[in-house]
Amino acid sequence: MTLPADPRPGLWRQAFRARSLILGALLSLVFLAAALLSFLWTPYDVAALDIAAKLRPPGAAHWLGTDHFGRDVLSMIMVGARTSIAVAVVAVGIGVGLGVPLGLAAAARRGGWLDELIMRANDLVFAFPSLVIAILITAVFGPGAVNAILAIGIFNVPVFARLTRGAALSLWKRDFILAARVAGKGATRISAEHILPNLANLLIVQGTIQFSLGILAEAGLSYVGLGAQPPTPSWGRMLAESQTMISFAPWLALMPGMAIVLTVLGLNLMGDGLRDLLDPRLRRQR
Amino acid sequence: MLRYALRRLLSLAVSLVVASLVIFLVIEVIPGDPASYMLGINAQPDTVAALRSELGLDVSKTARYLAWVGGMLHGDFGTSYTYRTEVAEMIGERMWISLPLALYALTLSTLIAFPAGILAASRRGSATDLGVMGVTQLGVAVPNFWFAMLMVLLFAVKLRWVSAGGFPGWENGFWPALRALTLPAIALALPQASILTRVMRSSLLDTLSEDFIRTARAKGLNRRQALWRHALRNALIPVLTIIGLQFSFLMAGAIIIEQVFFLPGIGRLIFQSISSRDLIVVESVVMLLVFAVIVVNFAVDLAYAWVDPRLRR
Amino acid sequence: MSLLAIQDLRVSIHGQPILKGIDLTVAPGEIVAVTGESGSGKSMTAYAVMGLLPQGAEARGSIRLGGTEILAASEPELCQIRGNRVGMVFQEPMTALNPVHRIGDQVAETIRIHAGASRAEAAARARDALARAELPPDRFPASRYPHELSGGQRQRVVIAMAIALRPDLLIADEPTTALDVTTQAQILRLLQRLVETDGMGLLMITHDLAVVSGLADRIAVMRAGEVVEQGPTRQLLAHMSHPYTRMLFEASDHAVAMPPAPDSPAPLLELRDVTRDYPGPRRGLIGRAPPIRAVDGVSFRIQAGERVGLVGESGCGKSTLTRAILGLDPIRSGSITIDGQPVFIDHHANRAVRRKMQVVFQDPYGSFNPRHRVARLICEPFHLLDSPPQGAARRAAIAEALTAVGLSPEDAGKYIHQFSGGQRQRIAIARALIIKPELILLDEAVSALDVSVRAQILDLLADLSGRYNLAYLFISHDLSVVRGVTDRVLVMQRGKIVEQGPTAQVLEHPEHPYTRALLEAAPRLPDLDMLRAGG
Repeated sequence: MTLPADPRPGLWRQAFRARSLILGALLSLVFLAAALLSFLWTPYDVAALDIAAKLRPPGAAHWLGTDHFGRDVLSMIMVGARTSIAVAVVAVGIGVGLGVPLGLAAAARRGGWLDELIMRANDLVFAFPSLVIAILITAVFGPGAVNAILAIGIFNVPVFARLTRGAALSLWKRDFILAARVAGKGATRISAEHILPNLANLLIVQGTIQFSLGILAEAGLSYVGLGAQPPTPSWGRMLAESQTMISFAPWLALMPGMAIVLTVLGLNLMGDGLRDLLDPRLRRQR
Repeated sequence: MLRYALRRLLSLAVSLVVASLVIFLVIEVIPGDPASYMLGINAQPDTVAALRSELGLDVSKTARYLAWVGGMLHGDFGTSYTYRTEVAEMIGERMWISLPLALYALTLSTLIAFPAGILAASRRGSATDLGVMGVTQLGVAVPNFWFAMLMVLLFAVKLRWVSAGGFPGWENGFWPALRALTLPAIALALPQASILTRVMRSSLLDTLSEDFIRTARAKGLNRRQALWRHALRNALIPVLTIIGLQFSFLMAGAIIIEQVFFLPGIGRLIFQSISSRDLIVVESVVMLLVFAVIVVNFAVDLAYAWVDPRLRR
Repeated sequence: MSLLAIQDLRVSIHGQPILKGIDLTVAPGEIVAVTGESGSGKSMTAYAVMGLLPQGAEARGSIRLGGTEILAASEPELCQIRGNRVGMVFQEPMTALNPVHRIGDQVAETIRIHAGASRAEAAARARDALARAELPPDRFPASRYPHELSGGQRQRVVIAMAIALRPDLLIADEPTTALDVTTQAQILRLLQRLVETDGMGLLMITHDLAVVSGLADRIAVMRAGEVVEQGPTRQLLAHMSHPYTRMLFEASDHAVAMPPAPDSPAPLLELRDVTRDYPGPRRGLIGRAPPIRAVDGVSFRIQAGERVGLVGESGCGKSTLTRAILGLDPIRSGSITIDGQPVFIDHHANRAVRRKMQVVFQDPYGSFNPRHRVARLICEPFHLLDSPPQGAARRAAIAEALTAVGLSPEDAGKYIHQFSGGQRQRIAIARALIIKPELILLDEAVSALDVSVRAQILDLLADLSGRYNLAYLFISHDLSVVRGVTDRVLVMQRGKIVEQGPTAQVLEHPEHPYTRALLEAAPRLPDLDMLRAGG
């Protein structure tokens, strides 16, 4: 069997046929665009209070309604998307930036003490759910968006390290790696030149999945007050604030929740679509 | 088998020791002096000194660590500064909500995921399969605490079938307590069940394409028999891994869900302790959570060996 | 009255025709072999008889088994037939058994679903079936798991499952391809004996003409979904009316015109008392079993331009030895030198020595990074040079290497998936050739190829050896490959070289019992002249 992912001419045509990929990419792009747009323009100023217009249900003036301070929910969701996406992106960055080199190193020294050390450290981090890491960090440094990033990021490291190691191990057994070793290439060079490029697809797919999990985790952390602090708008805190008003202003709970669901759904669909497109044999679904 | 179990047990002990060291370092060493940290910057020096000796901080860090670990081995988690009560007692009371909640959710998640995953895999490509996959795709994307809020809105606010939250306590009977945990457990379980269903399905499909399934079919087993007798047990290995991981998510999720339903569980305790800087409580609760996760993963390791004879060495 | 009668069988998968009108019969007690190269449709024929065609397959025509029309049978009817009236044995014994069930239970399952036997009765009959497959219960208790058995033993378990209910027909799909020659011989004898004692028909699918000619009563030769020729073995081999049959036979017994061996010996590679251990399996909590000696005191020499064969069965240590010679793994003791210089200096591979040797691997599909173009792939060994050629010199080197292996310089811009297995093996040789080595290790380099392609690659190697004065070390499990292409041969068993000498001498007059066993076990093509004279 060959590794797929050769630059085939039919790639774009296949991509077009992958409906879930397109739907997912569109959904994700909508929220990315909303976050970017919010830097330039939002329908209303999210910092401005307008008590006269408080608790308006969704309507012509406020498409998604207003909260108890009269703030526009749509504007808050747009600005909140910034927080969610930023936290998730940086957390995936930490996971990839630390986890992939660790995984590559473990695979290159398979069976050695370095491999053992990295894998045991991974197991240990897995014993600390990201919420527990956030609790520890908050207990020491106080709450904030950076904590959320760190907590989710630290949790991502073993995810990527394991994935990278596992896939790299099977590559190391392949004859083309042996050929590179016969050509006198060292472990670092082989990892960079042969292993990593063949893992790229896998990492892109997992990155998408961890990105969506990061958005969910960020929402959870800010819901319990361990994430972004006021006045930074965030989807999780909007939900927390809406809870006492859910009986008379349900849109306050529905709208940010829908935003989370649609973003995560979009990213997951995109991840599945990418997997089918890039590597049809990788049908491990999470 | 025994040798395998002993080896896993050894690694469990090592994990626990390292985890306790990490927690101790983060909570007691990084912030500097816990006593002055707890009391804030405006505290009087003699108050700090008094607290230091009360907390047993006037000895070396190594001695404190050993005292903390030694105490925990006896079930002594120290005394809460804020409440002046035994930490073990505070945790014990609340653990009886959080732990049953997590286990309840894990049971629900497994009970939903196994049939759903098997059904979808056995009818691959059918409308049933597409339906299951669609629902789980949505289920994976829903934050559990938001789903909990929606259920409160529907069942408590609109239909008034249940109360919006609170916990009657186990002493007032098993069923009322279980009832109070049911909505929270469903909220916790559904996203995890979606993930588990997808894992079950794809693992089964992978196994169904193995050579030994073809052998089973050549013996005269029909598709159903091949799936139940040969594919299922082999497909369990990745599923067990995910169940192990899910327990830690469920423990963490329970902490968040308790906020939605006003359950007086571990979550409440932890957030109160953080805001009142009652670090000794935070430390012990985190240790206990990590302990639970590590023990469950040990159980998963043993389950692997039960499923796969190749591991029993 | 034939047991199995296939008439005008046509199978297409998603509209693509795979079988184009097959006619074939098997009588009770008869061994019918279906042979042909990969892609000929021979396995598909077997699966059609089992009613186990892949999804999207459409079958027309007729397959009659006894009185039953397979193609018209319902799925429950087919389940009644499989395992009961037809048994099947597969190619890959390592994966054909369920790893989580005991072997006794797996054999008993066949009995329980068809005969409705009780658990204890089925277990007793399973033990009996295992014993008939030559796995006596005292040495191989039914409570064993598959991972505790070797490949040949697992294949016996699969056979026990297939014959437990004494089916009328046994289908064997390349049953010995994944096994060593001595094991292959035992399994073939077992199958033959079962056919004789039970009187069942055997439909044997194999690519190996030598296996076929020694075993089958009748042969059907397939190519591209059609039976090009069939008939009684002796008759078919004696006449070979179809050119494809002739081509297959000649390619199987291909005589390679190797250039003469160098007369003035100039030592190139020298191994002295090489030993290599592997750490033993884990025992207890931290302890380990004593190390396993994979290579044990091996010494030999290869002269410049000499072709040497290294033959042994799986696990004999030849792969470990290959890796040590290539400088991939350090050795425990002894020395490996090329032109007097050590391959290893202080745990580091010696670049000056490495550039004198290259390697070609078995699997033409796994030997190349799929993301690189051919030019980059074959230039990889340039890494060993202190000043690798650049620009025009590099292009010239690529063109020369590709031309030398019979490809065109334009192929340099293509990706590896655009080439067939045989072409890929040529590219692998080009990669080995590009730094002008003095020695090329051929690690089962032609084992995965169809016979016709294999013959071409061997011719190419002969040609290159003469042109560049190349020395080869052919590492193979197959004596027949080594026969025509080497000057000397080394036979390896359990980490030791048990016999070495000029190829003709070792093959004609083997001295060590292991060499004799290997030679006796190897299936051989019949001598056509004798067949024709006698037939």
